[in-house]
Amino acid sequence: MSSSTSRSERRRGFPFAALVALAAGVGLLASCQESEFTEAETATIASLSLDALGPLPPDPSNRYADERLAAAFGATLFFEQRLSRDGNVSCGTCHKIDRQFQDDLPRSVGIAETNRRSMPLADVARAPFLFWDGRRDSLWAQALGPLEDKREHGGTRAGYAHFIGDHYRDRYERIFGALPDLSSVPAAASPLGDDGERTAWAALPAAKQEEVDRVFANLGKAIAAFERSIVHEETRFDRFARVLAAGEEPAGDAVLTEQERYGLRLFVGKAQCVNCHNGPRFTDDHFHNTGVPAVAGLPEDLGRETGAMQVLADPFNCLGRFSDAPAEACGELTFMKAEGPELRRAFKTPSLRGAATRPPYMHSGQIATIEDVVAHYTRAPASDGGTSELVPLKINDRERAALVAFLKTIAE
Amino acid sequence: MTSRNRLLIGAAVVAVLVAIVLAVQSMMTPPSDLDLARSKATAGGLYVAAIEPDGGTVVQNELHAWTLTVTTPAGEAVTGATIGVDGGMPQHGHGLPTAPAATELGGGRYRIDGVRFNMSGWWELKFSISAAQGKDDVVFNLSL
Ligand code: HEC
Ligand code: HEC
Repeated sequence: MSSSTSRSERRRGFPFAALVALAAGVGLLASCQESEFTEAETATIASLSLDALGPLPPDPSNRYADERLAAAFGATLFFEQRLSRDGNVSCGTCHKIDRQFQDDLPRSVGIAETNRRSMPLADVARAPFLFWDGRRDSLWAQALGPLEDKREHGGTRAGYAHFIGDHYRDRYERIFGALPDLSSVPAAASPLGDDGERTAWAALPAAKQEEVDRVFANLGKAIAAFERSIVHEETRFDRFARVLAAGEEPAGDAVLTEQERYGLRLFVGKAQCVNCHNGPRFTDDHFHNTGVPAVAGLPEDLGRETGAMQVLADPFNCLGRFSDAPAEACGELTFMKAEGPELRRAFKTPSLRGAATRPPYMHSGQIATIEDVVAHYTRAPASDGGTSELVPLKINDRERAALVAFLKTIAE
Repeated sequence: MTSRNRLLIGAAVVAVLVAIVLAVQSMMTPPSDLDLARSKATAGGLYVAAIEPDGGTVVQNELHAWTLTVTTPAGEAVTGATIGVDGGMPQHGHGLPTAPAATELGGGRYRIDGVRFNMSGWWELKFSISAAQGKDDVVFNLSL
């Protein structure tokens, strides 16, 4: 301020000077934030890298999990459309091999439309609980669900046992031993089928039911062995993180632009994404209510609240008679949080690897674009049931764009 | 520089500082003066409790076990206690993601199975201890 300025000019000038000082201060803060990562940030970034992923843990509940023959048979079954009521649906219908093993739809369609979005399958073998609500606790138990769901494959376990006997007897028996005698087993029977199928199932002696259940479980175990081979691929972010951890300067295909690095810093810091999307798979393997709205017209969906009850009741769970695991190896199920208000409308934290290139988003495809996902986190709307864990984010348009830019670096 | 001028610049500096504090707070860093002791007296002074993670270090995103050791203030092992396990993240307002349970190992030692921490930050592990001496509680802080 020069001493010659009038009093009124000065009065206007003072707040201006204060604003400049404030802007300079904030600018300084922002620019030093953008240029390099702190030690803590670097450590978090390293923990998100694929390099931090340990070897795939064994699945004690499936003694065929790491058998090559079982995996090869499982791959065949995964793409086998005859494993369905109408002969047109395979696992691959909704888990497309060239689309990250999902289907790009808000809600998957098999024989009919389902209530949920398909889930990508990379590194799914590491998930302690399967489905958006975690209602199954192993890949093999999971696979049995869609096979009998009316809107998906729509078949019955008795029907599948006959199909294997007719078309894949050799391959099955080489892995699992002799198929049981199915001559007394009706062509369609299941405890989960329609009235006729349930009646047919109930008429079978318990020992025969168990034999059919075991064939059914074995199909799941072969499919699971195959799914264990589906893994995440290295992304530009992983190369960046590796170079950063080594204390070197990223070059070539390991470079993140300034905007992408800013987005990464927000992801692990102010935007708090890393609270839930953590570790190399960008998931904490847990369930959260994030206020994703219910879809009008669909039945009420309580998420984990229902899923936790279902996995405990599942005869094919880790503690069930078809599991190969000793009870001590079933810790995830034994120590699962089975009730509590936080389970209502809580859904599994999905991996964010590849997410930017596979809209739509959320458990029933509620959000159409990745930009809208970030907008959802900024608003943090109240939940349609239970309580959302989110707090509204104070981030501006530039920061939102940076988050989106970062998410793209884990999808290429 | 007039005093008004100084006041305004002072206000600007304060605003910047507040912005920094808010930014740091929003990253939910644990309070710096958190008591991270792994051994302490229970709230009512009935027992002394000590915790130790299996393998010595606390892991994130993995189901793991802890050992809880309970003694009297005089250092005698407390056996036959009923142990309740609870906890959570005070800054996020949520509890533990799992339902851990205790089994007695003998000699005042209890194995706490089924613990999982699914986020980094400030966690609390709370134990309620019921034995011949009475019921008492203890809260341990962990910084992940
Ligand atoms: C009609 C489409 C459809 C078919 C067919 C289908 N799925 Fe899915 N899949 C989905 C949907 C939708 C979900 C999420 C469902 C939910 O949460 O209720 C899902 C979830 C999964 C998951 C859980 C992933 C995770 O991260 O928790 C796995 C694994 C899976 N499917 C494997 C299979 C296998 C194996 C088959 C064949 C036996 C199969 N799916 C058949 C649509 C389908
Ligand atoms: C409180 C835990 C939590 C936090 C914090 C969180 N997420 Fe999520 N995220 C989830 C859950 C749970 C879902 C699935 C919700 C559903 O379908 O109902 C999800 C879904 C997503 C999806 C959709 C993925 C898909 O396949 O449908 C994206 C993208 C995403 N989050 C990005 C972010 C970003 C970016 C941030 C930070 C701004 C963030 N998340 C913060 C838990 C969280």
